[in-house]
Amino acid sequence: MMSSKTPEQLIIIGNGMVGHHLVEQLVDNGALERYQVTVFGEERHRAYDRVHLSEYFSGRDADSLALCEADYYATSGVELHTSEAVIEIDRSAQEVVTDQGRYRYDKLVLATGSYPFVPPIPGNDRDGCLVYRTLDDLDDIRAAAENATNGVVVGGGLLGLEAANALRGLNLDTAVVEFASRLMPMQVDNEGGELLREKIEALGVQVLTERATQRIEDGDNSHHRMVFQDDKVLETDLIVFSAGIRPRDQLARDCDLEIGERGGVVVDDQCRTSDPAILAIGEVALWNQSIFGLVAPGYQMAKAALATLTDGETRFGGADMSTKLKLLGVDVGSIGDAHGNQNPGARMFRYLDPLTQVYRKMVVSSDGKKLLGAMLVGDNAAYDTLLQYYANGIELPDEPASLILPQSSGAAPTLGPGALPETATICSCHNVTKGDICATIDDGAVDLGGVKDVTKASTGCGGCTALLKSVVDHELEARGVEVDKSICEHFAHTRQGLYDIVRVEGIKTFSELIDKHGNDDTHRLGCDICKPAVASILASCFNEPITDAAHVPLQDTNDTFMANMQKNGTYSVVPRVAGGEITPDKLIVLGEVAKKYGLYSKVTGGQRIDLFGARLEDLPDIWGELIEAGFETGHAYGKSLRTVKSCVGSTWCRYGVQDSVGMAIQLENRYKGLRSPHKIKFGVSGCTRECAEAQSKDIGIIATENGWNLYVCGNGGMRPRHAELFATDLDDEQLYRTIDRFLMFYVRTADRLQRTSVWRENLDGGLDYLKEVILDDSLGINDELERQMQTVVDTYQCEWADAISDPEKLKRFRSFVNDDRPDPSIIMTSERGQLRPA
Amino acid sequence: MTATAMKKAMDTVDSENTMTWQKVCTRADLVAFSGVAAWLETPDGATQVAIFYLPDQGNELFALDHHDPFSNANVIARGIVGDLKGAAVVASPIYKQHFRLEDGQCLEDEAIKLRTWKIEFKGEEVWIEG
Repeated sequence: MMSSKTPEQLIIIGNGMVGHHLVEQLVDNGALERYQVTVFGEERHRAYDRVHLSEYFSGRDADSLALCEADYYATSGVELHTSEAVIEIDRSAQEVVTDQGRYRYDKLVLATGSYPFVPPIPGNDRDGCLVYRTLDDLDDIRAAAENATNGVVVGGGLLGLEAANALRGLNLDTAVVEFASRLMPMQVDNEGGELLREKIEALGVQVLTERATQRIEDGDNSHHRMVFQDDKVLETDLIVFSAGIRPRDQLARDCDLEIGERGGVVVDDQCRTSDPAILAIGEVALWNQSIFGLVAPGYQMAKAALATLTDGETRFGGADMSTKLKLLGVDVGSIGDAHGNQNPGARMFRYLDPLTQVYRKMVVSSDGKKLLGAMLVGDNAAYDTLLQYYANGIELPDEPASLILPQSSGAAPTLGPGALPETATICSCHNVTKGDICATIDDGAVDLGGVKDVTKASTGCGGCTALLKSVVDHELEARGVEVDKSICEHFAHTRQGLYDIVRVEGIKTFSELIDKHGNDDTHRLGCDICKPAVASILASCFNEPITDAAHVPLQDTNDTFMANMQKNGTYSVVPRVAGGEITPDKLIVLGEVAKKYGLYSKVTGGQRIDLFGARLEDLPDIWGELIEAGFETGHAYGKSLRTVKSCVGSTWCRYGVQDSVGMAIQLENRYKGLRSPHKIKFGVSGCTRECAEAQSKDIGIIATENGWNLYVCGNGGMRPRHAELFATDLDDEQLYRTIDRFLMFYVRTADRLQRTSVWRENLDGGLDYLKEVILDDSLGINDELERQMQTVVDTYQCEWADAISDPEKLKRFRSFVNDDRPDPSIIMTSERGQLRPA
Repeated sequence: MTATAMKKAMDTVDSENTMTWQKVCTRADLVAFSGVAAWLETPDGATQVAIFYLPDQGNELFALDHHDPFSNANVIARGIVGDLKGAAVVASPIYKQHFRLEDGQCLEDEAIKLRTWKIEFKGEEVWIEG
């Protein structure tokens, strides 16, 4: 007889987004006490974010797309077999069979997802005919693109346009071939489709509709020739099929589970198949004659499956298929019955602006009171509001048309967060309602981050970010929590507000700023929050030496003494070593200085040398010797440009394609001394091997055959973030100009102590907006930004050289004003041949 | 009265008996709206004092212990001066706790209070009673 403590064997086939979500649910809900869980994934990679797959070509890699840390399964006690496909389910023995063995199960979950449908066209198996579904598919596409100048996507639906974007990202001339009469036939109507076509063609993507491919054969000028029904032809080097998906139900068919007429494993609302020991979730599951090809319903099925496995109550009851997308930079939204063909008697409202290329349509009940569906092309701003009217059955305003008319034409009522019922779903990926958010706030969450941590809202597809923020802000304010953006009690302004005031009014000192704009009910001395922030702003704008009498009381001790205070009150000294390139003579000087002043020496992560343990009163003498030897200050103490890390590049390396060290030195010398909201780090790599780790820097530059690729907003440290590809194949001048603008825009708009990575994540409009501002000059400020940067570059002077030539400034470096006695409490001991604090 | 409190009370009595005014530096040694450190001879031996100078404020000179009790380093004079909730303060440059210039009270920890001394200008000279 089995002991009641023997865990049951649970096997999950498939490690996609939905299969992984089920594992998370099992882990989080204590189901591992009951089940020993084993997961089989046929791909090499652990579960990754398929929704953002196209970002694989714009700088993200398998690791950053992964849905969990590499050790998540191991530490959770779940066995994950990657690269191990299940080839058979033996229901009579309750075993699954892989090429590595047989595994017994008590309960089995099919989460095998779907596969791309490749139309049965003669020639569809030729080399360079590919699909777009997995990371390996993307690697294949990238490899094929290396010998290609153009590419075609067969299929103009959602995934087809995603694939077209990927081909564009690989610099291929791209065409989309669609069988139907318009793009995205499922989501949009003829008007919307036409608008979508115009917008996509404007991006240089060729759109061919009503084309049925008859065969694919050898081309004359390209690898392939596609022949269409009317004998028209299209030549191309590469073909990606993206003509819809089909459930991966072969395993279920082979073991005689009930299958729908058009595929899919039939499940009930507990996600059970015709064999109660076997469940199915996600895109392989057919519920009520429907396959749900989105991630949110898949997650809901995972929750229902969890309930089935643990005797819980949750059931799957279908899901809303409304979607909001940005395809090739074009907004497309579809809500409910967008075509209006499921509700007889429904009325349509349409708004079409051919100039700004915006199309909005509402499907409204015959009494005009309820929203049944909506369609948006070119602008998704109205999506959140419309979705809430639809999903919560909120009664429409008296003039429903106002919801889709342009904002400027009068009172366009947006549905404020206060009008949403408690049951309103805010985040559909994690099924978080407004009521859940309110409860979280009542339980003590005091800001957006706290709510996200507890509820996971907006951590799935991210589509609800803006809505979530407005709900959280509204609820906090309703509870009397003032969402105060003031920098501190001395100024009722943000850092950005203070920056604008300083620049517009030409204010050059802290005292003038606080006299004119400070809060009245303080002593107007400022504090350790606003003083360094204003000091940084003044330095960014006017670049006067930070040790000038008017500025020195504003600085943190590190800036005041131009060195980094350590825990015993001594300082560390880091001279600039631009690009990490240093002569033997200079190395010798660093060694001699360290020896003479008893300094502990360590090589930093930024390719320079840090000398620790300098007494305050020794700093001027140390710097006298360093400056004499040709060194200058390294700003290791400042919120400013730190280092430009580089690999050795084409001058030495067999693989280098550009002189990365030369470029790093150029950049470091251009931006040294720039004071900014937080520290800034650069990296320059001489080829795609990326030895300088540029993608973990605020500014990352990677050499290409044709110039430089620019990445922005990366970070190492506590919360690593990969930098995103911002511009490609820039020449030197274009590179400087783009970085000038980018950095000055960051300096102008970031909060205090906000690194570029966090700034970027909080930037409304994200990377696209940043590109519009910096690359397309959408705000018309680029000339000004470049001018401001040039001023900083032109007025650079070494702060240490300035200080040691000024006896007044040097007075500050006395440890005691009335005695030369050194501080006797600084005691050193020896370790590994060097000094350290005792 | 606890033992510690009793010892403090006795120290105070002792000090008061023997405290004297002494010149420590001149106005030119000070940094406006910031601090400098000086040695002070006291009956208990030499000690390090942080001197803060806020020109044109009602009370423009302050003398506090230069020793930061949180980091055990002698660094208070190198902190940023400001005002919080109506009181002039200095922020420790190491872990950023705030101390009231008037009485040395730490704003983050009620139990911590820096020692203070009487300080004033005599002409251009700075005098402390220690």
